[in-house]
Amino acid sequence: MKKYSALSLLTNALSQNRNWSEAWRSPEPKRQYDVVIVGGGGHGLATAYYLAKEHGVRNIAVLEKGWIGGGNTGRNTTIVRSNYLWTESSLLYEKSLKLWEGLSQDLNYNVMFSQRGVYNLGHSLQDMRDIERRVGANRLNGIDAEVVTTEQIKLAVPLINTSPRSRYPILGASLQRRAGVARHDAVAWGFARAADALGVDIIQQCEVTGINRDGGRVSGIQTTRGTINTNKVGVVVAGNASVLAGMAGLRMPIESHPLQALVSEPMKPVLDTVIMSNAVHGYISQSDKGELVIGAGIDAYTGYGQRGSFQTIEHTLEAIIELFPMFSRVRMLRQWGGIVDICPDACPIISRTSVDGLYFNCGWGTGGFKATPGSGWTFAHTIARDEPHELNAPFELRRFETGALIDEHGAAAVAH
Amino acid sequence: MLQISCPFCGDRAESEFSYGGEAGIARPSDPDALSDAQWADYLFMRKNPRGKHRELWNHAQGCRRWFEVERDTVTYAISASRKLARRDNHNR
Repeated sequence: MKKYSALSLLTNALSQNRNWSEAWRSPEPKRQYDVVIVGGGGHGLATAYYLAKEHGVRNIAVLEKGWIGGGNTGRNTTIVRSNYLWTESSLLYEKSLKLWEGLSQDLNYNVMFSQRGVYNLGHSLQDMRDIERRVGANRLNGIDAEVVTTEQIKLAVPLINTSPRSRYPILGASLQRRAGVARHDAVAWGFARAADALGVDIIQQCEVTGINRDGGRVSGIQTTRGTINTNKVGVVVAGNASVLAGMAGLRMPIESHPLQALVSEPMKPVLDTVIMSNAVHGYISQSDKGELVIGAGIDAYTGYGQRGSFQTIEHTLEAIIELFPMFSRVRMLRQWGGIVDICPDACPIISRTSVDGLYFNCGWGTGGFKATPGSGWTFAHTIARDEPHELNAPFELRRFETGALIDEHGAAAVAH
Repeated sequence: MLQISCPFCGDRAESEFSYGGEAGIARPSDPDALSDAQWADYLFMRKNPRGKHRELWNHAQGCRRWFEVERDTVTYAISASRKLARRDNHNR
């Protein structure tokens, strides 16, 4: 891998940028790998990267049925934070946030991680009590969090409507200053390039059609580009987790739903932080290009169609305009949907399964992007050692049998 | 927005309905006889198919009755809508 640096920018500029090498290879699949990762999104690529970097596994393939980062990695609203209520989840997301803080240097790729802070607004007395409880819980876990008043919010975000006469008045917020946004495409490309440099084969346009088993063990997988022998398969396919589980005769506690987002036309900088509201259900930030990036809630029904309903968008935009009346005249440029894998307790599954050598990483629901590095880091550990790291041990599939669920519905600063 | 046919009221907009998830999940008749894994399977595990899906809807802003819909989860096309079958055991 050619290192990116100021010097490489300069020398390539002198040759009219004609000599940049490809960021990653596109090899033909081999017949055998030590580990095969199914799913070339951020989480899958991060898993392969940390398997190679932290655990010395070299013979790894990442299989992607479309193109890398073309699923939820390229469809989310790029918010990164770790202010979850319960200790299990806040430690997992905080591990991820710590990795984010050094990620551009680690990958030698600018993921444009911007710690511009995230406000979670409270609109009722109960909201504010929940916020104070969550902020207290975060601080006990060593995570930065503070409660801010309406006046402090108005000072930081002058455009926001803090009128006490509005339908959902803003009574305060939690603020995590270390939270922020990152450039989602760069995350996929950065992990792909760094994994490729460590010898990982990234194989795009390769769909998995079956999982071969021998006794209770994985022996290989069937793909649209032939059969690949392997003893370890890590599945990280978000909305399609139930489909892949079905190939191995497993059932998952997952329901796949469409989740939408939209962006406006580019504008001059007006919003330099992230505003999220649970009660009116909208979240908004402004990208470096100047587009307002707005996230909606999930559609009520299950679906794999990567599109959602207009009434869901309408509902979200009502909330955004309530908060920012001046945005009522902003034109929206495009909207899209992704398929998110919703778990009954709104927490992920990073787990071994009843099939030896088959591992699943799914159930991230509406909030997986922020976890990309930490998800890959813990999943790599689980695959390499065949046992979970203490950070993801509470997130194994067996919690649905023991009843030790981690209920982050509504507790994690936004409704899922 | 989907157009859903309520078997009692006729075609209505999706916003009148609320979603009830997978249809045909029978409550075990003797829960005490089940293992934790079997109980977890009943409580949490779902088919979540890519394609034809039998699901429950409630006409929340209409007759408030539950019924079953057959819908494709990729095209979102609805192929059938029917009243729930009456059964002798504890099935819905």
